[in-house]
Amino acid sequence: MTIGTLDTGVPGESLPDFATGSRSFSWWGMVLLICTEATLFGLLIASYFYLRFRGGVVWPPDGIAKPTLSTVSVMTPILLLSSVPVHLGEHAVRKGHMIRARFAFLLGWLMGATFLLIQLVKEYPDTLKLFTPRTDVYGSLFFSLTGLHGLHVFVGLLMSLWIQVRLWKGAFTPERHVSVQNFTLYWHFVDVVWIFVFGTIYLSPHF
Amino acid sequence: MVDVAERLEELWAEKPGLADFIGTVDHKRIGKRYLYTAIFFFVVGGLEASLIRLQLSHANLHFLNPELYDQIFTMHALTMIFLFVIPALSGFGNFVVPLQVGARDMAFPRLNAFGYWIFLMAGIFMSSAFIVGRAPDAGWFSYVPLSNAHFTPGVNTDFYTLGVIFISISSTAGAINFIVTIAKMRAPGMSINRIPLFCWGELAMAISSVFAFPALTLAALMLELERRLGFHFFDIGKGGDPILWQHLFWIFGHPVVYIIILPALGITASVIPTFARRAMIGYAWVVLGEMAVALLGFGVWVHHMFSVGLPAISLSMISITSFVITIPSGIVVLAWIATIFSGRIIRKTPMLFILGFILIFVIGGLSGVMFAAIPFDQATTDSYFVVAHFHYVMAGGAMFPIFAGIYYWGPKMTGRVLNEFWGKVSFWIMFVGFNVGFFPMHITGLMGEPRRVYTYQPGLGWDVWNMIETIGVFIFSVGALITLINWWWSAKHGELAGNDPFGGETLEWGTTSPPPHYNFEHIPTIRSRHPVWDQPELRGGDQPIEAGGRALDDAHVTLSTSLLDARPQALIHMPHESGYPFALSMSLLVFFFGLLSGFLVVVGVGGLFAAASVVGWLWPRGQTQET
Repeated sequence: MTIGTLDTGVPGESLPDFATGSRSFSWWGMVLLICTEATLFGLLIASYFYLRFRGGVVWPPDGIAKPTLSTVSVMTPILLLSSVPVHLGEHAVRKGHMIRARFAFLLGWLMGATFLLIQLVKEYPDTLKLFTPRTDVYGSLFFSLTGLHGLHVFVGLLMSLWIQVRLWKGAFTPERHVSVQNFTLYWHFVDVVWIFVFGTIYLSPHF
Repeated sequence: MVDVAERLEELWAEKPGLADFIGTVDHKRIGKRYLYTAIFFFVVGGLEASLIRLQLSHANLHFLNPELYDQIFTMHALTMIFLFVIPALSGFGNFVVPLQVGARDMAFPRLNAFGYWIFLMAGIFMSSAFIVGRAPDAGWFSYVPLSNAHFTPGVNTDFYTLGVIFISISSTAGAINFIVTIAKMRAPGMSINRIPLFCWGELAMAISSVFAFPALTLAALMLELERRLGFHFFDIGKGGDPILWQHLFWIFGHPVVYIIILPALGITASVIPTFARRAMIGYAWVVLGEMAVALLGFGVWVHHMFSVGLPAISLSMISITSFVITIPSGIVVLAWIATIFSGRIIRKTPMLFILGFILIFVIGGLSGVMFAAIPFDQATTDSYFVVAHFHYVMAGGAMFPIFAGIYYWGPKMTGRVLNEFWGKVSFWIMFVGFNVGFFPMHITGLMGEPRRVYTYQPGLGWDVWNMIETIGVFIFSVGALITLINWWWSAKHGELAGNDPFGGETLEWGTTSPPPHYNFEHIPTIRSRHPVWDQPELRGGDQPIEAGGRALDDAHVTLSTSLLDARPQALIHMPHESGYPFALSMSLLVFFFGLLSGFLVVVGVGGLFAAASVVGWLWPRGQTQET
């Protein structure tokens, strides 16, 4: 029996007592969670276009101006690029560069937090001056879709904190790091969803 | 080999006492809890049904007033669907799936416990609506605008929206658990073409659930935002559209019919080979048929909306898929019938329930395919014909297999066989009562009796039929009650079951009844689709099971095997008992009651405790190293 393995009882057979990727249960759990969450976003985006095209010809309705892109064009690259340090962080864990991984995940966390902060202190107050969720269906859709995404970013930030604390405590090795993988997967998902949310909320009304 | 059993017992046993009563993660205990709790709600839902039938037994009765009648028929549907049928079938899944695939537990044992507690809490949440006298009353599909804050101002519909969001958490968690368990935890050698048919049924159900429940969650969330915070998704005056609710609801609502029926088909496919004494004919066809039903189930939702006034092209397309879905269902039924005809039938109670189920399911299927024809659907929509149809497919279609499951796996759960005589009596009373109670609804439906109306005028020719229906439903209840008493009595006084009372083919019959905490002393190596029939060592034959089996008695671990051919890949450390799933579900109950009552303090307290429970759940104890 070598370190990190256990005998199974079949003579000469021993298996690793850890797993990553598709060998582990939790990786599958995360993939399925992403499936169900993606369905939730897909249905909400479908509802957006359903309501837009069932309504009048003018979108946004009620004299609301088309969404401005100034703030969101700063937010979007910050969030999308945060996938880079997160990816590099996972890579660093796999290679055993734990110090490098700490910095990478911290950078990713700060970028995600910046995105959320800009949304809460600049984008939402600016938008609320023009319309609120109670104004009409457009307002309801704007805030529910971006809000649901923001909630997912928030959960991702909490997951990142959990990963970072465990990283500091030395929980991960190049072999044992399935939680890091699962978090990375979730974070990429949240970023990819933003592309669709951004396209729906900010770009589509211009066409 | 006693020392292997002793070491495993030490690793896997749960201590008696309150801590482990709350903290248990044993899939067998959780499975039984699902089942017992679901049976409790079955009795509740049955009482609601009795009240409905009493009210309708004569014309112009005022036994229930219209408000109460609305609450009771809505709660009857919610209770039977969300609190009885789905959890009861999850209960069998929880108990049986890990045994059938030869695993030591479900893939995520604490999530499993959490799913059960959430189901219980959501049940308490929804039922508490009766205590305040404000149960949901807009029907189980709660169409807007009836269900919006203007037309249903009380908390009735808030119990509904928050309740279904709450229970969706349980169903989604359970579904993910089933998928990973069946995909990754099968005993070595149980390649994809050897997965037992019951597991295929649960798998198809679980895959459907993962994609269907978000639609319900989203619809309910939108409705709650509209009711409480003044959003406008469904408000036509502010650019919304009430039809969106119907789309979202039925995108969930039709797949949920298959979420209910697929595990029931799985039970059927488990029971038939055992009592026909031969392997299922067309194994691959049955599997593909079930998967095709699960997939096509997402393409038929508009047939619930044929009379709404949608464009003809949508109606035609959905009409076609609704006809097509009968092909895979038909293939599955024909495979059962071929197996029964070519086998040597043993008429024991589980098989009687399955034979009764097949007849009822085929009748329900035949009236179902009629709805695919648009003119017929438009003529009978919202009539008792629809009520008759969905009681044949959903009530009869799920209940008879559940009762077959009680007689079939009950001995595995309790160690004692249920009384055969009273089982047969119960079956015949239920079968007769069911058909007397529900068949006449086809007739009154065609005569024009509308559903969901609390009474009717005399002289329309409905009186006699309604009386017969009421009598039938009471006969049925007596039959069901006999089984419940039989189960309770037999668990104490029944004949000892032994490992394999019926001569089944799947792995659960290769261990003791009830099974030990660790399920199998040695995880067997599978060489056949019918392991207990084909591998003598699993029946206690000459060759001991440990030849080729894996004891895994060094640590609290189970095997992870490859997706397609089940080669051993790794050993996964399994979590021990934990009180946090219970704590989290309790906190969420407080949280949801806070949302319902509108007291932000209660929401905050529930949320804080929920956050603390999550932290406690994830806090690394003992070894900090990742496994």
